[in-house]
Amino acid sequence: MNDTKLHLIGKPRRRVDGRAKVTGQTKFADDIMLPRMLHCKLLRSSVPHARIVRIDATRALAHPGVHLALTGKDFKVPYGILPVSQDEYPLEPTHVRFVGDPVAAVIARDELTAFEALDLIEVEYEPLRTFSTPEESLEHEDPRIHEYGNQGNIHKAVSLGFGDVEKAFAGADEVFEDTFFYQGNTHLAIEQHAAVAAKDPDGKLVLWSSTQVPHYVHRALARALEMRAAHIRVVAMPNGGGFGGKCDPFNHEIVVCKAALLLDRPVKICLTREEVFYCHRGRHPVLMRFKTGVKRDGTITGVHLKTVLDGGAYGSYGVVSTFYTGALQTLTYHIPTYKFEGCRVFTNKPPCGPKRGHGTPQGRFGQEVQLDKIAEKLAIDPAELRLRIVEKPDTLTANYLQVSTTGLAECIRRVVAASDWRNRFRKLPRGRGLGLACSSYMSGAGLPIYYNEMPHSGVQLKLDRSGGVAAFCGATEIGQGSDDVLVGCVAEILGIDPMDIRSVTGDTDLTPVDLGSYSSRVTLMMGNAAIQAAERAREFLAEGVSRKLEVPKGRLVFAERRVFDAEDPAKGVSFSEAVCLAEAIFGTLGTTGSYTPPKAVARFKGSGAGPSPTYSYSAAVVEVEVNASTGWIQVTRVWIAHDIGRALNPTLARGQVEGSVYMGLGEALMEEQEFRRLPKRLSHALVHKFPSILEYKSPTALDMPEVITELVEHPDPSGPFGAKEVGQGPLLPVMPAVANAVYDAIGVRIDEVPITPEKIIKALEAKAAGKPARYGPAHFPDVPWPETLQVPPPWEGGDGKAINAPPRPSKELARKSHAPEVVQS
Amino acid sequence: MTEQAHITLKVNNEPVEVSFAPYKTLLEVLREDLNLCGTKHGCELGECGACAVLLDDLPVLSCLVLAVECDGRRVTTIEGLVTDGRLHPLQEAFADLGAAQCGYCTPGFLITAKALLDEHSHPTRDQIREALAGNLCRCTGYQQIFEAVEAAIQSGAAGVEVERGPRSAGQEEA
Repeated sequence: MNDTKLHLIGKPRRRVDGRAKVTGQTKFADDIMLPRMLHCKLLRSSVPHARIVRIDATRALAHPGVHLALTGKDFKVPYGILPVSQDEYPLEPTHVRFVGDPVAAVIARDELTAFEALDLIEVEYEPLRTFSTPEESLEHEDPRIHEYGNQGNIHKAVSLGFGDVEKAFAGADEVFEDTFFYQGNTHLAIEQHAAVAAKDPDGKLVLWSSTQVPHYVHRALARALEMRAAHIRVVAMPNGGGFGGKCDPFNHEIVVCKAALLLDRPVKICLTREEVFYCHRGRHPVLMRFKTGVKRDGTITGVHLKTVLDGGAYGSYGVVSTFYTGALQTLTYHIPTYKFEGCRVFTNKPPCGPKRGHGTPQGRFGQEVQLDKIAEKLAIDPAELRLRIVEKPDTLTANYLQVSTTGLAECIRRVVAASDWRNRFRKLPRGRGLGLACSSYMSGAGLPIYYNEMPHSGVQLKLDRSGGVAAFCGATEIGQGSDDVLVGCVAEILGIDPMDIRSVTGDTDLTPVDLGSYSSRVTLMMGNAAIQAAERAREFLAEGVSRKLEVPKGRLVFAERRVFDAEDPAKGVSFSEAVCLAEAIFGTLGTTGSYTPPKAVARFKGSGAGPSPTYSYSAAVVEVEVNASTGWIQVTRVWIAHDIGRALNPTLARGQVEGSVYMGLGEALMEEQEFRRLPKRLSHALVHKFPSILEYKSPTALDMPEVITELVEHPDPSGPFGAKEVGQGPLLPVMPAVANAVYDAIGVRIDEVPITPEKIIKALEAKAAGKPARYGPAHFPDVPWPETLQVPPPWEGGDGKAINAPPRPSKELARKSHAPEVVQS
Repeated sequence: MTEQAHITLKVNNEPVEVSFAPYKTLLEVLREDLNLCGTKHGCELGECGACAVLLDDLPVLSCLVLAVECDGRRVTTIEGLVTDGRLHPLQEAFADLGAAQCGYCTPGFLITAKALLDEHSHPTRDQIREALAGNLCRCTGYQQIFEAVEAAIQSGAAGVEVERGPRSAGQEEA
């Protein structure tokens, strides 16, 4: 498809839901008000780790205005997002694992009454040892936070080897070893999670929720409520921001469903901001050690990466997150041998999970900062070094990821030119600096969360005699513009205006499946499904018009709400007439389209995380000013180039890039999920240090620098109209680029995020005292790694399978599941 | 039940009488008792700016205002920015230029931006930044919001009066 044939795609325009959003008419979950609706509040554990000895809600139930009180005994079946981690209960019956873990629920006539009644619930806890850090969890096998996982409090430990890294290090001119720490942070979507459940008039269950994954919530509800899935309808309301924070099925969603079923009345819950901090599922704190061998010219001989993830109290996506800390390292630069070891431990803190970039920013931070150090030692410009070693297109990486198109080199050249890098890097006055970093990300996970061979996304179209078209898809609008992509693709193929199309999305009863708004999958997968459905519709219409006009189908053009002869544009019919002609021949018109990603090449256990139909690439240059006496860091400008394949709607694409830069700067400079021990006299509990928006610092309009965005567009054969992802990839280079810029400005290495003034001052003090000019971790804990799964890379004759026997599967939950262990996000 | 409070106020230029539990904030009364759900909440502690409305033409965080304090006063919400079926130039610019992604913080931004333009007809980029610094947006990175405010100024947003007299029928939005 060439540009000249496209009428809509690639041109900036108002998104289809733009009017609704600026008039406040977009309906979010908490905007649903139903007659006879009751309100739910959850009682959350006040202790970080304990057995529940006794729980009694009798007094709460007797409170005036209270209709129902629920506790753990009302739910028999655990659930969880991954088949291998079904470790949560809607209300925990016996064992609380963090401050904030829900143990009881009250449903009352209004929120205040429910809230008052929570105080009347009596809970007796028997405290257990609390684990606040991965080191503590690794050190003590007992008590176990969960009765499953590799061993003790290790949830998951993996070891994968692609070629012989020790030999690669022996053959290197220089070997670098660095330890980095990436602090955890949270999504902070401005919309607090809300859900409303009701029995519909037929007696079936409906849940309206702020979820990114209605399909997975549907499955979790059927399981946890032991109900027929066909009698449950999940409607994903537009999300007031997601960023991965609404990708798990949540306690509150299941609790309001149960309550609505029992009471036969609508039940609503809207979490407080504090509770949203407890739901979390945000960025894992990751400690990592990078060992990299290089030749004098910068060629990498091998990389050995070890990561330890602080998982918090539940599994969530954690098994996948663990693999993601090491999966995508090989996409940007050629790495001939690679070893990755990752370990996720449980701690008594809110569960970590998928936040924008899922598991990838941490490893990417270490890799890009270490490359900056390597470039300096080898006296090669960091941009030049990267250009020498970028991975080539149409390459299978050491860990069997298929790179198809890559615009990374062009991204680097663009930001280097735009920032005047060659004249300014290492040449700015002290206190000012530039830093560069790159990255790559998936355009959709190649595997679903539960193993199956069905499509990942489906679109149905209904064509009306009026000329209107309805487009149905399970995709969820979380602000990223998925409705606009759906409508835009259909409008382009059918030659009509986006406003002629009604989109119906995110409804498990009405729309064909889409797996959800995660892993940057929607544009590519839903977009391809939409194109297929629209092309099938166009075929019907072309037949009708061709017969009427006596023009061969191949000569018909669909544009400007008309279907006409390419050789005689005056000869044609209106779009609505085309529908009527086709309907007279074929009956009422409806088509379907679906998309299933190509099968991954890799066949080893653990290969489920990483494969994608195609990968986006980004490069960023960040400019900073650092005050040496206060440590204050001001980011003054960011240049970012993103290989998007094709921008379907450049206005939205630019917004995704700038929003990613913004979120990356927050992570780089200020955002952190911190915990503290209360004083001994106040229970000594491990509590969230600041579960409020005021104290959890995020960048404001005053903090945000100018961002210069360049979209690199070379259409990718697997994407709709050539599009790749844009929602997550551009976040990844920002944090390491800031760290590298700080070094350029002031000559100290901050090997962890967030990079705060305090850490800069400490690094400057270390430098002044003759110690290494850095701030960051030195120690990496001892981890009982499993036997390394040996997978020879393609260039050593490998076929994607491991050559040694896979390690014994862990007992417990994994054995109960028939699904393969490695799943995707 | 608690005894109800009762007030009379003008919301979006329409006189309104409302009874509600006296502990309720203006935010809660707008959303729950007057069904004006365009005003959002992100923290209910005055931290995020999502609940901004105009109270006697000045921007306030409605989560920090008790509704009983609003007797006899004028409130403008996002629903009041559309006049005679026409979007306010700020709304047009926000929709056209990508300033609304998820749309959740958008009503608060629009109200705050309107208050800014009511006070300064041609604010600089720095004045816009400053005025909007109390509204958090997690989607956009703010840049397209600044650009939309500037574009709205170019199209004459500063002169637009939202609380006009009787509406004439038949006018459509641009």
